[in-house]
Amino acid sequence: MAEPYPIDDDEINVEDIEIRLLLEAIYQMYGYDFRSYSKASIRRRVMHRMTMSGFASIMEMTDKVLRDRPFFVTLLNDLTVNVTEMYRDPEFYRAFREDVVPVLKTFPFIKIWHAGCSTGEEIYSMAILLEEEGLYDRAMIYATDIDKNVLASAKKGIYSIEAVKQYGDNYRRAGGRHSLSDYFTARYDSVIMEQRLKRNIVFADHDLATDQVFGEMHVILCRNVLIYFDRALQARVIRLFSDSLDMGGYLCLGTKESLRFSGQEETFDVINTPLRIFRKRQLLHNA
Amino acid sequence: MNRIGPVKAIVMGASWGGLNAYTRILSALPADFPAAILLVQHQHASAENRLPWLLARYCQLPVIAPEDKEEIQPGCVYVAPPGYHMLVEEDETLAFSAGRAVLFSRPSVDELFLSAGAVYGKQLAGVILTGANEDGAKGIDYIHRRGGFTIAQSPVSAEAPAMPEAAIKTGAVSRVLDLEAIGPFLAEQVAG
Repeated sequence: MAEPYPIDDDEINVEDIEIRLLLEAIYQMYGYDFRSYSKASIRRRVMHRMTMSGFASIMEMTDKVLRDRPFFVTLLNDLTVNVTEMYRDPEFYRAFREDVVPVLKTFPFIKIWHAGCSTGEEIYSMAILLEEEGLYDRAMIYATDIDKNVLASAKKGIYSIEAVKQYGDNYRRAGGRHSLSDYFTARYDSVIMEQRLKRNIVFADHDLATDQVFGEMHVILCRNVLIYFDRALQARVIRLFSDSLDMGGYLCLGTKESLRFSGQEETFDVINTPLRIFRKRQLLHNA
Repeated sequence: MNRIGPVKAIVMGASWGGLNAYTRILSALPADFPAAILLVQHQHASAENRLPWLLARYCQLPVIAPEDKEEIQPGCVYVAPPGYHMLVEEDETLAFSAGRAVLFSRPSVDELFLSAGAVYGKQLAGVILTGANEDGAKGIDYIHRRGGFTIAQSPVSAEAPAMPEAAIKTGAVSRVLDLEAIGPFLAEQVAG
């Protein structure tokens, strides 16, 4: 075992500078902007990759990132946290059925933006829910993510059979009406989602940190994405969502995420407090 | 190192047997306890988050189920939610991550300890409690290297000794204390 050595505040400061330089290098070389992400979260993931890949310093890793695209893709996958599941937080989907679907049923056409869709598990969850509610034929789901690689797997809709076993339980707790196995075909040790579920999904790459409004949405889902941003970027993104939503449109966040620090609590009514369903106000008060 | 200096925060981690350990420790702390307490209890991701409510019944300090970006206040107890890692930002707010489980755990003790250690340095104390895996050993080592004070529950007083044993094995633990002694030790030593 290596001799333990102290890590003083100067060393932490040096690491912070190295991390900023790494993020700047990624931005300039590849165009992905992590500079306004939560520092604590980025630090943990950078350190994790450094240990896993055996670099002596962050600078050494930065050099590799600049010159080796496949290594950058590995790091990108660490930084974007692509951990998701079907019907993650089943209670949320149950609440969506109860609180949001009845209103959506009064609309002739429904536009849904799923921001940060990762490998797509939650996209298919929503498509199935809308299908079961008789809404899917008049819905369009815009599925976006910063990372083109995960979008490609979202489009394929292939998941491991092990994972899907656990999703069946989520599906039932989320209020699913049939059996999750009605919506996929199993082959060897993986499943592929039914082609018909993809008929009203549009996949596109979109970076919440740099890209613009997606117009006139009725629902925006962005769950467990904002937690990775700093407060300033969170405020920017909430404004972007507010500008992208129709009056009376719904915003759904992750269960630990709030509007409290965004300065835009006034723009939304709370529909479900614990499950973070908000609704853009119909009438804005004059200042 | 036998005494805790002035600390801003105390991080604690437990797994199997943790509820009992936490109630014993927290019930020994006075209402004017000056440091923030951040704690991780391993639990299943789908568990209803009843832990803050349970602990509040045994504790004179406010027990909080925190939200993302919440400011860390002295004298408050923050409980990591099931299904998320809880981290400390350099501006002393809390951040969460739904990233992969570390040592099968989310929340992970190491994730909290490593992030808090970077921010607070010697103004941090870390306490590793009962549990059946090795989560927290890396974190205790890091807190020690950052100049913070580290405590392990004595394995004989732990319902599951593996977690404190793994931490002690790193050589980075400042004090090993029986469960009953930890609360009074913190109450006596942690001054504002």
